[in-house]
Amino acid sequence: MASLGGRERRWTGLDRLESRNRPPRSLLVALVLASITLVTLDVSGGASSPLEPARRAVGEAFGPAESAVATAVRPFTSVPAWFRSKGDLADEVRDLEASNADLKSQVELAGFERNRLEQYDGLTAAATDLGSALVPARVVAVGSRQSQSFTVTIDAGSAAGVGPDMTVVNNDGLVGRVLRVSRSTATVLLIVDPDSTVGGRVGSSMEIGFVNGSGSLDQAAGLDLRLVDDASVPARDDTVVTWGSASGPYEPGVPIGRITEVYSSLREASQRAVVEPFVDFSSLDVVGVMVPSGSQSDRALVEADGTLR
Amino acid sequence: MKGLRWAVAVAAVVVALVVQVSLFPHLAWHGIVPNLCLLVVVAAALTVEAPFALVLGFVAGLTLDLAPPADHVAGRWALALTIAAFLAARVRQDQKPSAMAVVGTVAAASFVATSLFALSGIVLDDPGTSVVGLLEVVLVAVVWDVLLTPFVLPPLMRLFARLSPQWATT
Repeated sequence: MASLGGRERRWTGLDRLESRNRPPRSLLVALVLASITLVTLDVSGGASSPLEPARRAVGEAFGPAESAVATAVRPFTSVPAWFRSKGDLADEVRDLEASNADLKSQVELAGFERNRLEQYDGLTAAATDLGSALVPARVVAVGSRQSQSFTVTIDAGSAAGVGPDMTVVNNDGLVGRVLRVSRSTATVLLIVDPDSTVGGRVGSSMEIGFVNGSGSLDQAAGLDLRLVDDASVPARDDTVVTWGSASGPYEPGVPIGRITEVYSSLREASQRAVVEPFVDFSSLDVVGVMVPSGSQSDRALVEADGTLR
Repeated sequence: MKGLRWAVAVAAVVVALVVQVSLFPHLAWHGIVPNLCLLVVVAAALTVEAPFALVLGFVAGLTLDLAPPADHVAGRWALALTIAAFLAARVRQDQKPSAMAVVGTVAAASFVATSLFALSGIVLDDPGTSVVGLLEVVLVAVVWDVLLTPFVLPPLMRLFARLSPQWATT
């Protein structure tokens, strides 16, 4: 009986609430329909979606704010590095010694690898011929996993000479490509995004294929490589670089990653390889955008021969 | 008063969004960050009249859809946050909500909003959506949002209540 009484009270309480704060069903329906209209407009519009101007306008407004907050936060993000213990440093020394030994053995195999080196030389020469320069930039905002896309904002925009479809690299390798720019910022699609496809070339065999993102920031999760020629088997520990043209979104000859595992799928009669990217996407900071040499920019450009201009 | 309240609400959404994309990635767990915009919307839904909260949910969602690092189909977060605001406004009671009620509402709203966003991705055929991955994202997002509730919700609710005395439930 007591519980019944309690329930009675609650219901009368709710009634009072209803009269005071009417559930705005019509407004809910209107807003849900508005959202669905937006989704439909954006999906059917594709690249020339009517929401692109809105995106650009919001980008112009938010870009400077994001850059400012990232700049303010930067001094604090380096604080954990001050508290590294002797154990951490010893671990690092051991890792570096291991990688040093690895590199030594690679140097000893240099003669064997001359053939490959010549091909790489050709590639770098091609890159120099294309005359690209780097616009230095820093990552100021990162899209959340909840939004299911792997994108970042960098603090270089159209004023720095950056435009859509340009290649973004860092000192380790390929980062992604520019999707859209505002005056002072640009949105970059990372190559780990499941939507991203990059033309890849296996370093030793020069076979071409396509590298797809796996949708994980984890470096070991890797990228998917599928070769165009089903008969060729990619080798483990081989380097994958981009192939493409100056007009395409990815400049040729940029290192993507190293093949860690090779699977042959009987069902699809093709070879699938896992490529571990050279870039650590969970700690991206300084990146460079490849722009044509001699383009106008609001900051110093890094030219192909290493000079600053 | 109404204009001032809108200004404060929009400012809160802008600050939440910028902090969410520029500060929290440094603390993120596998790229999952707390959804501060959702917390602002829930604070409004628990304090002021429902129509305001619903429209704020839509506006905050649209901002999340359009602001720079976002590259998904626009309207998905708008839909998710509108419905989260609707649910949070339903939970509201005549007396001031208890701490547990606030935390419960945040957890429920976070779960519903993140799941709705993920489901809309499946409907729109977004690649790279595995159910296990989605569950991980949704659960970690709920934990993040609940962890930040004690720091974000009380000041925001006090602010909204002060700006709308006729609806305040102190």
